[in-house]
Amino acid sequence: MSFVQNFPFFSIIIAMFSGIISSVLSGKKARNVTFGAILIILILSAGVLHFCSGQGSYTYMMGHFPAPWGNEIRAGVLEGLTAVFFCLVMLLSVLGGMKHTEQDIESSKHNLFYIMVDLMLSSLLALIYTNDLFTAYVFVEINTIAGCGMILIRQKGRSLSSAIRYMILSQLGSGLFLIGLSLLYDVTGHLLMSPAKEAVAVIEAAGTYGIPMLVIVAVISVGLAIKSGLYPFHYWIPDTYGYATPAASAILSGLVSKGYIFLLIKIFYRVLGQENVIASQIVNVLFVFGLAGMVMGSLHAILERDMRRMIAFSSVAQIGYIYMGIGLGTQAGMIAAIFHIFTHSATKALLFISAVGLYEVSGDRKDYKSLRGSGYRNPLAGIGFGIGALSMVGFPMLSGFISKLLFATSALQSPSKMLPTLIVLAVSTVLNAVYFLRMVITIYSIPREKEKSMKEGESLPGSWNLRLAITCFILLNLTLGLFSQPIVKAIGNGLAMFA
Amino acid sequence: MSRMKNNYENSRFMRFKRWVDGETDLLLNTMEIVPAKEPAAGEREEASKDSFGEKDGKNPPVFSEGRGLLYFRRFYQAVSVLLCCGIILVLLWTVAYLPSFGNAGNPDNNEVSARYIEQGLQETGAVNIVTGMILDYRAFDTFGESCVLFIASCCVLVLLRIDAADGDKNARKRLAESNDRIYEPKNDVILQKCACVLVPLILVFGIYIVLNGHLSPGGGFSGGAVLGSGLILYLNAFGFEKTQRFFTEKVYRRVTLCALTFYCLAKSYSFFTGANHLESGIPLGTPGAILSSGLILPLNICVGLVVACTMYAFYTLFRKGGM
Repeated sequence: MSFVQNFPFFSIIIAMFSGIISSVLSGKKARNVTFGAILIILILSAGVLHFCSGQGSYTYMMGHFPAPWGNEIRAGVLEGLTAVFFCLVMLLSVLGGMKHTEQDIESSKHNLFYIMVDLMLSSLLALIYTNDLFTAYVFVEINTIAGCGMILIRQKGRSLSSAIRYMILSQLGSGLFLIGLSLLYDVTGHLLMSPAKEAVAVIEAAGTYGIPMLVIVAVISVGLAIKSGLYPFHYWIPDTYGYATPAASAILSGLVSKGYIFLLIKIFYRVLGQENVIASQIVNVLFVFGLAGMVMGSLHAILERDMRRMIAFSSVAQIGYIYMGIGLGTQAGMIAAIFHIFTHSATKALLFISAVGLYEVSGDRKDYKSLRGSGYRNPLAGIGFGIGALSMVGFPMLSGFISKLLFATSALQSPSKMLPTLIVLAVSTVLNAVYFLRMVITIYSIPREKEKSMKEGESLPGSWNLRLAITCFILLNLTLGLFSQPIVKAIGNGLAMFA
Repeated sequence: MSRMKNNYENSRFMRFKRWVDGETDLLLNTMEIVPAKEPAAGEREEASKDSFGEKDGKNPPVFSEGRGLLYFRRFYQAVSVLLCCGIILVLLWTVAYLPSFGNAGNPDNNEVSARYIEQGLQETGAVNIVTGMILDYRAFDTFGESCVLFIASCCVLVLLRIDAADGDKNARKRLAESNDRIYEPKNDVILQKCACVLVPLILVFGIYIVLNGHLSPGGGFSGGAVLGSGLILYLNAFGFEKTQRFFTEKVYRRVTLCALTFYCLAKSYSFFTGANHLESGIPLGTPGAILSSGLILPLNICVGLVVACTMYAFYTLFRKGGM
């Protein structure tokens, strides 16, 4: 057994351990520990990715007992890739929002925020690597509580009420997920994914427990869909993302909801069996709600005046895209959905972080009027926002274009769903363009009376970490857009390893 | 022949331009479900005052009043009740198709539970199979669970801890307001006499449950809860002055840190050796003896400490916003 195979386990434990020791450190030291931990985990995940692309996937025993008795984690190309990507987005989000984290939170509670970040990262990694359904549930719990803590740590404005809303809906999702797991355990007798899948195959072949299986698929999908904010359950999103501290917004929108979607995909492939899920018609339900979300999220975003809430509503639309891809029920659709997970987490975090740069030069006001001309006052943030917006709209060379292309081509492969997919894709793209380009026009337009004063000398570049984060995010976006082929291929390989 | 438009202000282009500039408000005069916006930096002070409502004696109008909204709410309530009933029916219907409870041929009566029952004693050294399962077979999940407790207590700290150290006037005022020690009946003789008898018993019983977790029903979680409730009873009877002599926030942090660190390191060692097929070198001892079953006893003590501290900390945070 090669030493690299220990890395997934190391990365989860390092993230948890740094959270534990952050509880006694001062805010600054906790921050340094967190950054160090994320960097180390990034390197470890890259190692995992490298190992798996050469040697294939493997399972890792957590303890002295083999699969159906003890806990287990599993690593493959897709897990490694997602872990690398999530660490990168986490690092840049925390870096970019650092200044506001320090302003928004009482100084004696800074270390608590970094505890949340560390444990959030550990739970995301555990959701990525887990090969055990109950481990998944435990870390879903950690994820929920950490997310809640991240929202309410900014004890100003409406963040408390949005945290309560988030908590209620998220707990509803967790509850449904847990009900699904208990039912699954009742009919299969296993919690580990691989033996559970064998038991599911036996059940499906024998035709017993048809109705419980249907309910299990439905309850697990709906539970995780609520937690990731699929359209009819999206009401926690705008408040949560709009009023949390910027780093938390970027993490919540970019990573947390994606972690649940990744878990759902993993359960579909590794436990329930993709063909059973397709046969149960649940994918069609997800497909319809995905389509509805794509349109409704964009419509809400058009009506929104607050910049951050607008970006948050745009998340609803983008989550709709991902579920539409899953709902197509084809391999290509799934690849497109996973690619869009990456696209969206890179782009949405970029948007939230550059929005910080834009409104901090506009007197902390986030409505259209005050943001006018802010692209000149903070040029880099303006460029970052512009690129993020273009990417969301689907401008060539940027990552959003690739994912739209993948969605469209995968739609062609499933004849019954082709027409609705293409139509809604087109409509949603136009709607995306309406609100994103409107915002871009706003930040680059100057009211005539102020023209002079705004162009002269009022350029505030923002703190170094914000600039660094925005630059890295732009590069990440361009990388995803320009070198998409190896990534798409890796996703395909990873999905093949899931089966 | 084009007609000159003299109402240029209302032309389509101007309306569009105004919309792009953010001057018009599409939401005006429509039913808005989205609550009021967050006030900007300058107005935040006043807003935070009335956002809690009690000071002015009225809640800010989050929703615009109107008949439409009333109907919407009624509709919403009716649909939510229907939805809940629907979900309950579906779940009950599912239960009817599940394997009957306690049947020997059930799917969950498989090789997994068979090995736990038959070989649990030899493999983990714990007489109490449940403890062996949660702290040895599936120890990673239990580590996750104790981290759930840890992060939950961090969230409560975020919400309830009031830090006056910043020299913030508001914080100090809140601290004074939430400190209800002045209202508590001092030297309640009945409570104190009962506590004198009960507290030692409860604490000893809690320690017994924690230490015998691998031998008899119990373990870190339940024993820790008993210990915590003993501490809370002591606090109620004798007040903060007595408990602060031995239990301050520093103590709480150190105990939690040590317990979780030990747990983390011990289990990492065990996971690492297990996955790499190395001998862990931890003796299992004779089953039934108090010093047996390898790591389970120290892990139970760690879990017990974390649980006891968390319970006590929750109570004090609710009482006075600090420890």
